[in-house]
Amino acid sequence: MSANAHHHDNDFLFKYIFSTDHKMIAKQFFLTGSIMGLVGMLMSTIFRLQLGYPGESFPILEAFMSNWAPDGVLSPDKYLALVTIHGTIMVFFLLTAGLSGTFSNLLIPLQLGARDMASGFMNMLSYWFFFLSSCVMIASLFVEGGPASGGWTIYPPLSALPEAIPGSGMGMTLWIISMALFIVSSLLGSLNYIVTVFNLRTKGMTMTRMPLTIWAFLITAVLGVLSFPVLFSAVLLLFFDRSFGTSFYLSDIFIGGQALEVEGGSPILYEHLFWFLGHPEVYIILLPALGITSEVVATNSRKPIFGYRAMIGSILAIAFISFLVWGHHMFITGMNPFLGAVFTFTTLLVAIPSAVKVFNYLTTLWKGNIRFTPAMLFAIGLVSTFITGGLTGIILGDSALDINVHDTYFVVGHFHIVMGLSGTFGMISGIYHWFPKLFGKMLNKNLGYLHFWTTMVASYGVFFPMHFLGLAGVPRRYYANTEFPMFENLYDLNELVTVFAIIGAAAQLFFLYNVFYSIFFGPKAPQNPWRSTTLEWTTPVEHLHGNWPGEIPEVHRWAYDYSKPGAKEDFIPQTVPLAPGEIDESKEGIPIPGEHH
Amino acid sequence: MLELLILIAVLVGIIAVGKVIRVMELASSLKGENSWQATDRDHKNQARLMPIFLLAYFAFIIWQIVEWGGEALPVSASEHGVVIDQLMDTTWIIIIPVFIVTHILLFYFAWKYAYNSKRKATYFAHNNKLELLWTAVPALVLLILILYGLNIWNNVMEPLTAEDEPVEIELYARQFDWTARYPGADKKFGDAGVRFIEGVNFLGMDSTDQDGWDDKYVKAEFYLPVDTPVQFYFRAQDVIHSAYMPHFRAQMNCVPGMVTRFNFKPTKTTAEMKEITGKEDFEYYLLCNKICGAAHYNMKMVIKVVEQDEYDTWLSEQKEFLAVEGMQEEPSSDDPVETDSTQTNIEEEELSAQL
Ligand code: HEM
Ligand SMILES: [Cu+2]
Ligand SMILES: [Cu+2]
Repeated sequence: MSANAHHHDNDFLFKYIFSTDHKMIAKQFFLTGSIMGLVGMLMSTIFRLQLGYPGESFPILEAFMSNWAPDGVLSPDKYLALVTIHGTIMVFFLLTAGLSGTFSNLLIPLQLGARDMASGFMNMLSYWFFFLSSCVMIASLFVEGGPASGGWTIYPPLSALPEAIPGSGMGMTLWIISMALFIVSSLLGSLNYIVTVFNLRTKGMTMTRMPLTIWAFLITAVLGVLSFPVLFSAVLLLFFDRSFGTSFYLSDIFIGGQALEVEGGSPILYEHLFWFLGHPEVYIILLPALGITSEVVATNSRKPIFGYRAMIGSILAIAFISFLVWGHHMFITGMNPFLGAVFTFTTLLVAIPSAVKVFNYLTTLWKGNIRFTPAMLFAIGLVSTFITGGLTGIILGDSALDINVHDTYFVVGHFHIVMGLSGTFGMISGIYHWFPKLFGKMLNKNLGYLHFWTTMVASYGVFFPMHFLGLAGVPRRYYANTEFPMFENLYDLNELVTVFAIIGAAAQLFFLYNVFYSIFFGPKAPQNPWRSTTLEWTTPVEHLHGNWPGEIPEVHRWAYDYSKPGAKEDFIPQTVPLAPGEIDESKEGIPIPGEHH
Repeated sequence: MLELLILIAVLVGIIAVGKVIRVMELASSLKGENSWQATDRDHKNQARLMPIFLLAYFAFIIWQIVEWGGEALPVSASEHGVVIDQLMDTTWIIIIPVFIVTHILLFYFAWKYAYNSKRKATYFAHNNKLELLWTAVPALVLLILILYGLNIWNNVMEPLTAEDEPVEIELYARQFDWTARYPGADKKFGDAGVRFIEGVNFLGMDSTDQDGWDDKYVKAEFYLPVDTPVQFYFRAQDVIHSAYMPHFRAQMNCVPGMVTRFNFKPTKTTAEMKEITGKEDFEYYLLCNKICGAAHYNMKMVIKVVEQDEYDTWLSEQKEFLAVEGMQEEPSSDDPVETDSTQTNIEEEELSAQL
């Protein structure tokens, strides 16, 4: 092989595989995260089949997974395995790594005017740890006993004792290893994001001139850095309990015909550690989605986002409070009722900044000039799901009410709408909006419209009825509702949900097709297709290492000068200097203590 | 064979969609449009869909309420449950209008302010008074809800005292069945722990503790006297379970290594509830509501709420611990834990055969 060809090979390797370029890494996260998301979605349709048609035999299951579904009927322990891995994938792989990995990577340098992330190498490591983590998680599907099956929350002792459920053998070990890798990936990424935001902003890009996307990504990264290490210790101790005979979480257990030699531990300790991450985690998902849609809503309403500073304030408030509410997942674990009362108080407080956000979205739409791009439709969808799901949170957060709906389908309905739908809608909205920046091509709008409306209808069709199941007392993580006569009038409802689930999954094919078709055959993206103010649209369409061919542009104004009176166009890019006498909007609004104008 | 057919069908589908897109793209480029920019017609169409979706969404919800609202749990069968239900209703009364109004605004604005190249959006970036308003109003409403809710929570979780003269019951959870233990005539539970589990003594009773000799335990169903407070104690032997008694608005986790508690006063007998619900075969159930393994979905017990005299008769018919067959003998060590062959156990066997 000639030296030249060798060099060429290296080029390929470093351009596409071991790239340290944030745009390429963003694409890698997007691709890996989406594939994981598809796997997770497929899993949900499989276990929904069992719930909608309990005990019925499906030749397709027989054909493709006969050892999990003998005679075409999913077995109970594999049902739990699917639910567990579905939850894990959706929460961590799609909506944490997939969402933040794609957009923090793509947008932080581009919107701030930086040549790349603070450390390209760490960024690359972050992706590869994530990739490894995904591989381990997928591999765990194929080991003896099956993958982890104790729910995505993997409470011990169920997750600690292989005798308790087959998935708690090798599958659980791999789950822990995968999550450990995942946490390393997340920390590498988050530290990078934080350092980049604080240090690499271009001239003129003050903190209050940053688009809300960046604020959201920044605070999300801070949440991750503060909470993922706690999950790490939680699963590390679990690993010790499983492999080295410690008993951090175990005490007084009789299983598999014998009493175990464990004493003094408590599963409740695990729950505290888990939810100390677990609750901030829901905002690690939600904040980037809200940041993305703030941007999309402002751009497509051709209006400044209303209450920019209040939006930042509510992001900060939500983030802060989210560390003080974890106990609302544990009201009925036997925890001291007084503690429960404190957690009710803090939990319901979260609703205040959330409400502020909703009202600000609505006011932004008011008297706007709304362009219905597919991205905008998904952003509107997010506002709807955020309202619907946030309101039922007020019920769950009230300890007295939670007694009866805890762990029922009411909770499943709630968190899927507020976190699952809002998170995915935000992510999809971002893909439609920044596809030109990711791939230099445009997505097809008609497929986008079709995708949005089918998804929107199917989403509520799946998750809204779950509230009724929950109010009828149906517990979550049940293989079938057939064993209790009290649920027998609900079979039709379950079937309806399953039908919508299949429609919803099929609707994603529009998206999948659109993405792959457009990457190869889509029309080339123009410089600034959405007529947007932010810096990423000043970079060349063709990706370029270092982002800008010449000088990095300087920023003179905030990101939201849409339809400013007196301006000729309905947007003024951030790079345009303030006209004499023009108000610098980044200094307006709610005053910050100590700030001077 | 089936795999092949499915694969072919999928491939044909993909190609077909590709062709349709091509045709659409050609058609739009003929009109001088492109495949990604929303046109005036798009704005009009999408805007029209907004109120249509809103109405469809509301109609869907109303349909669900009509069709499935009746399947919600019937009126609470415990004293505190009635209060919880009132709190729930109050919360709904606050939530539902907020839901309706915000949704109407959202979809109305989307419809009303759809893009028009002749109009310009109104530059409206902030208004501190408005923002203060919609911080303060939710804060006030939530404060009321918090105070109301915590008041109820504190009452519900208040432990019973001896003066309440409660019936005491221990619910014992293991994969995958429940056992209810009554303390017997001395009103004292005997000591128990996993290290004493052997043979028929699956509850792990310490047979040297005389308090336990008259304890009684039952499987498959247990009885409660109506209008008497019940103090529950929960234990679990292997993994976390959760004792969920939805008709009484009662739930508490059962955690290995600790004893948890909950109390309530049943106010309606099973017979009364049959009348209220109009269902001949109505029963109260104890469900397991914390994922605990393959048969989690089938871990249950029937709860019979009866008049005091019926309860007394029933309880007197149950065997005392010492009288249980096999309890006096030295258990053989390789004997698996034997229990009455309740429905749960039969199905457990079927299940393991299936796995
Ligand atoms: C705003 C974004 C929100 C997200 C992303 C979110 C996410 C979640 C998730 C993932 C769960 C499931 C926990 C499980 O698996 O057991 C959950 C449950 C819960 N949520 Fe939310 N939630 C949000 C809003 C709220 C709000 C506004 C409240 C209260 C005011 C709330 C209160 C609760 C409570 C108390 C639970 C525990 C319920 C139970 O386990 O019974 N959430 N939420
Ligand atoms: Cu939480
Ligand atoms: Cu259980």
